Amino acid sequence: MPKVTYIEYKGTEHTVDVPVGTSVMRGAVDNNIPGIDADCGGECACATCHVYVDKAWLDRTGLPLQGSQEASMLSFAAVTQPDSRLSCQIGMTEELDGLVVRMPEGQH
Amino acid sequence: MQPGPARIVIVGAGHAGGAAAANLRQYGWRGSITLIGEEPLPPYQRPPLSKAWLKREADADSLLLRPAAFYAASDIFLRLEQRAAGIDRQARTVLLASGETAEYDRLILALGAVARPLDVAGAGLRNVLSLRSAADADRLQAALHPGVRLAVIGGGYIGLEVAASARALGAEAVVIEREARLLARVASPLLSDFFRRQHAARGVGLELGAAVEALEGTEVEAPGGAGVEAPEGAGGAVTGVRLRDGRRIACDVVLVGVGALPNDALARAAGLACDNGIMVDAASRSSDPAIYAIGDCTRRPLPLYGCSVRLESVPNALEMAKQAAADLCGRKPPPPEVPWFWSDQYELRLQIAGLPIDAVQTAVRGDPDGGSFAVFHLAADDTVQAVEAVNAPAEFMAGKLMIARRRRVSPDALRDKARALQQLAA
Repeated sequence: MPKVTYIEYKGTEHTVDVPVGTSVMRGAVDNNIPGIDADCGGECACATCHVYVDKAWLDRTGLPLQGSQEASMLSFAAVTQPDSRLSCQIGMTEELDGLVVRMPEGQH
Repeated sequence: MQPGPARIVIVGAGHAGGAAAANLRQYGWRGSITLIGEEPLPPYQRPPLSKAWLKREADADSLLLRPAAFYAASDIFLRLEQRAAGIDRQARTVLLASGETAEYDRLILALGAVARPLDVAGAGLRNVLSLRSAADADRLQAALHPGVRLAVIGGGYIGLEVAASARALGAEAVVIEREARLLARVASPLLSDFFRRQHAARGVGLELGAAVEALEGTEVEAPGGAGVEAPEGAGGAVTGVRLRDGRRIACDVVLVGVGALPNDALARAAGLACDNGIMVDAASRSSDPAIYAIGDCTRRPLPLYGCSVRLESVPNALEMAKQAAADLCGRKPPPPEVPWFWSDQYELRLQIAGLPIDAVQTAVRGDPDGGSFAVFHLAADDTVQAVEAVNAPAEFMAGKLMIARRRRVSPDALRDKARALQQLAA
């Protein structure tokens, strides 16, 4: 099963298995990793699953499509960066095995 | 209280109770955690019940807040299908309907809300349903098929979401609302009118300002007559809704969605301060220092608005779960959040932030006829109090920021799409 490493704002790392077909958000929630609340349960309605995608992985995760719900939500999320994604919108695939994401400040 | 060997019992394994248990472990609670729920399922998401679940687009695993194995792995003692029957505050025990007791040092009540019953004749007929639990949703799902005629009583979120899902399933739907407009308790008249037109355009019948006189059903043979067994419940199956003006709306299924009541009977019987919900402070503590209460069953202070309210929403349940867990673990309280809500109907996403308390003026940004717009609600001094956004996520997020920051923004600037939201919220 592919693995994802989640790095908390203060540096604590969690590497867990995330089943293909679920999402990067789901992997964090299922393992009770602090920093991803996912209030809306993956509906792209709340922006509480905001992550920064590690540079090495950006070409595989992609960026939010311009004008998409995700891009609009992120435009007003706290401390957005060019590598920001909502982790509920990153579908888990074999190609993402080894993915590294970081959590922003204040989302804990 | 510092993390230690103390015992926490959580009564109610819904969104709030499940989140509290997980937060306690996340925050380092080392004592025992017992999570007691009446339903057979571990904590699960309720919002999809009226939408993806009803439309058979979601599987059972995706509904769960966390995988079933999470609780044992996190040393959370999950006791399902157990009903709490009483609280002995002196002995610090919860009495279960099974006769067992659960001892606590700290108790968290996450009792949720119950569907407000419809107080008319025929409410006990077969196929008269409400929607709070997965079991309720399964009953409703089993009844909704192409051509089935659904009558929804109550034009609130649940009623409208179910009407939209029913149409997607090929069923007929009529919404019967006592007030003159849809979403009368929870949205502004402009939103009500927008959703009325949207539902009408999709073939949903709308009866506004219509009071229900009675539900009518099939005749049931008298016991012993004709050898036909009477179905369970009083009378037979529902066949129609009789309105007070005398008209009759024929139907095969009725969904009653006329609001919810706080499930605070256990707390009231135990002598906790209750007033339309269990009264709590900013850390979700009840009037007993050993007892917290979180989620739909509470009336909670809202520092942003200087009042206390009962909020029925997932974000509220999660915020209060964090407050209680942080207080129990001796952590600093989480920052106060702006209340928010969402509803999906057809391809429309409604997101609401804030409450229009003391709002005396509105500003509409965007065009309702274009399908994407937001209604900002402002106080007399232009402080943004609430925003209702339809297919307008940026307006929702910007409005939420303005509310949190208590921004004063001129209504004309909000109406002007040439003015960037980034600047208005800054």
